[in-house]
Amino acid sequence: MAEKDQEKKEDLSRRRFLKNSGIAVGSLAVGGALGSMIPWGTEEKDTNQAANQGANYNQALMFFTQAEFQTVEAAAERIFPEDDNGPGARDLGVGYYIDHQMAGSYGFNARDYMQPPFFHGEKEQGYQGRLKRREIFRIALREVQNYSHQEYGEGFAELTEEQQDSVLQAFQEDNVNVTTISASGFFDLLRSMTLEGVYSDPLYGGNINMDGWRMRNYPGNQMNYTDIIDKDFQEIEPESLRDHM
Amino acid sequence: MVKKLPKVDVVIAGVGWGGGIIASELAKQGLKVVGLEKGDERKTEDYYMVHDELRYALRYELMQDLSKNTITFRRDQKMRALPMRQYGSFLFGDGIGGAGVHWNGQTFRFLPYDFQIRSQTIDRYGENKIPTDMTLQDWGITYDEIEPYYDKFEKMAGISGEENPLGGKRSDKYPTGPMKHSPQMEMFKEACENLNYHPYTIPSANLSEQYTNPDGISRAACQYCGFCERFGCEYGAKADPVVTVIPVAKETGNFELRTHSWVRRVLHQDGKATGVRYTDITTGEEIEQPADVVVLTSYVFNNVKLLLNSDVGRPYDPSDGTGVIGKNYAYQVIKGAATGFFEEQKFNNFAGAGALGMVIDDFNGDNFDHSDVDFIHGGYLALTQTGQRPIQNNPIPSGTANWGKEFKENSLKYVNRTLSVGAMGASMPYKQHYLDLDPTYTDAFGDPLLRMTYDFRDQDRQLAKFTAEKSREILEEMGADQIDSMDELGPYNITTYQSTHNTGGVIMGADPETSAVNNYLQMWDMENLFVVGASAFPHNSGYNPTDTVGALAYRAAEGIVEYSKNGGMLA
Repeated sequence: MAEKDQEKKEDLSRRRFLKNSGIAVGSLAVGGALGSMIPWGTEEKDTNQAANQGANYNQALMFFTQAEFQTVEAAAERIFPEDDNGPGARDLGVGYYIDHQMAGSYGFNARDYMQPPFFHGEKEQGYQGRLKRREIFRIALREVQNYSHQEYGEGFAELTEEQQDSVLQAFQEDNVNVTTISASGFFDLLRSMTLEGVYSDPLYGGNINMDGWRMRNYPGNQMNYTDIIDKDFQEIEPESLRDHM
Repeated sequence: MVKKLPKVDVVIAGVGWGGGIIASELAKQGLKVVGLEKGDERKTEDYYMVHDELRYALRYELMQDLSKNTITFRRDQKMRALPMRQYGSFLFGDGIGGAGVHWNGQTFRFLPYDFQIRSQTIDRYGENKIPTDMTLQDWGITYDEIEPYYDKFEKMAGISGEENPLGGKRSDKYPTGPMKHSPQMEMFKEACENLNYHPYTIPSANLSEQYTNPDGISRAACQYCGFCERFGCEYGAKADPVVTVIPVAKETGNFELRTHSWVRRVLHQDGKATGVRYTDITTGEEIEQPADVVVLTSYVFNNVKLLLNSDVGRPYDPSDGTGVIGKNYAYQVIKGAATGFFEEQKFNNFAGAGALGMVIDDFNGDNFDHSDVDFIHGGYLALTQTGQRPIQNNPIPSGTANWGKEFKENSLKYVNRTLSVGAMGASMPYKQHYLDLDPTYTDAFGDPLLRMTYDFRDQDRQLAKFTAEKSREILEEMGADQIDSMDELGPYNITTYQSTHNTGGVIMGADPETSAVNNYLQMWDMENLFVVGASAFPHNSGYNPTDTVGALAYRAAEGIVEYSKNGGMLA
């Protein structure tokens, strides 16, 4: 829990800083870029270091800027929100999961056929663009910010939940005017990566503490079900791949 | 500069089920065999971290790297074919064992009807039952002729099962008993019995018990861990070439396996194959391997691609139906299915095995009267329990949101309260469904990619509607509170996973004019070249193909041994 509190504190102090300095939080490109260039106060750094004892050092960014990360986290949380069943995407680490995936082979479409020529195809022929997933994400996040400002006058992360939902819905239904990427294509990618982050083995940075699995009684990595396969439903405490090390 | 190696008796391109079976049978007979495989070595120890849905099921750890090779696709000849840039509808296996590593292990025999489908359909319903553009053909072999080879494959793999009450006659029972029954399998069984159908346990290559096969290979029983399809088996309980035929081939001392060897051409002179040319992908070196007999045992698409890029055989021409290489590409119609939501019951959906389930054949093949339906053949209907892994299985009732609060609530509630009945619909060949070389796109070596021209037709739409309706009826009888079933099949879409049951392109038959290989899978146009795999299927049945691929590989192996002694055409 200390970890979570620390995140919130950072978040708040960062927002306060940006607000005080007159930079609109999360506003298109400028806010993100400036924000990440401005160093933290030394006083704050000391408290961070103290609180980082025992922290998850895997929770830092490999690809996204801070502003992009906040948008991704907020959007993923709307796709898989916290509720009475348990944590949402944010607390399950989905933002970090997506960031780390973007930095690796999946973000670079390393195992996809990316040779030219590129033609617009029928939808049954699948993705035919030249952009890689990380490029799609970067452009789409900018478009999400633009659309949020255009519709509601604030960045996505600052909107109410209802406003965020309507932005995401507009992307899902291609009701936004974007050109270089497919709005619905981005939404589908964001949705599938959110579910990946919620339910993949915790080794990838999401599904923190296996709480994604726990919510749906998924036992994770078990060596066998021989004793229960012919029985009625059983709840089993999950195990991760870490349990094999 | 091409490096030329010393000649061997037999060279094999691709070491999966086909290549593994051919290698073991030939090496046991004393023939010197070289197996070329473009992927890597595989072993059971590789699967220590295999229970990883993201890595194996969504990032395709065991599949071919599409950046190096793929196919192009169009629905009809008017469309521009475009590359399959990412995986979707089907997957290409890679490495030693090929698709035999990541399969589920459902091991069905085709029906006697399948092998004589054209003549039996005409006998019963008349010539007009077959649409004019459906290029339906008999296989040039009967069920009784292929039966001993089915038996051989099933004993090698240790198939666990019980007799199919509506299947062809068996010379012997399955080598191991059926898999355990879960509560939902019992529900399916009871419902089908109430409806006067004939349920039986799916024949499984996931062993129900410890088993030692005729080659002396022992394997452990399945643990129902729920990680089969797209995964390798860390127990060796799932039959796979790596834990069955390949060690037998190696043990003889007559089999040399070369990985990272990408076969690019069949070499030939004066109508006979002289060997193959391949690239060592670790060094880029071009190597020629001469051989007395060449056997192509790659996946369907690559068998066809190799022949076309090597100028072997007569390419198929869809304008007049002449030629054979690339002809009769067929697939599988699996979308005619239904999902039932049960409010009061929960199931261990997370547990399972690739071939765990119950099945009926009452609507497969010609097991029912087709006089009043607008399609031929059919498909099995099954309830399978393959292990519902969490990223890919989030069942929600139709008409509900697929993200947000409602989605989370529904998916968590129904994940263990949902059962599906699925169909394995047969796929008929059509004049306009074929494989040829793409004029634009190339692989990592500059060779043209294979181009697929394929779509669903009325036959498929009618069949899918029919199987969806029957699936719904079974779920009703099982007591589902709400049932969603497929309404319309829609066009064939290469982006959503359906089945890695691609067939045809180098089809077998009794007539050299209409088929590429005889019933030993020997090329009509090149007697020392054999092309093994589901590429030989003139149509695809309402079953998973592996048992038939395995049976044909055993028959081909027998033919190759015979050919290497006496030469000549075998049929």
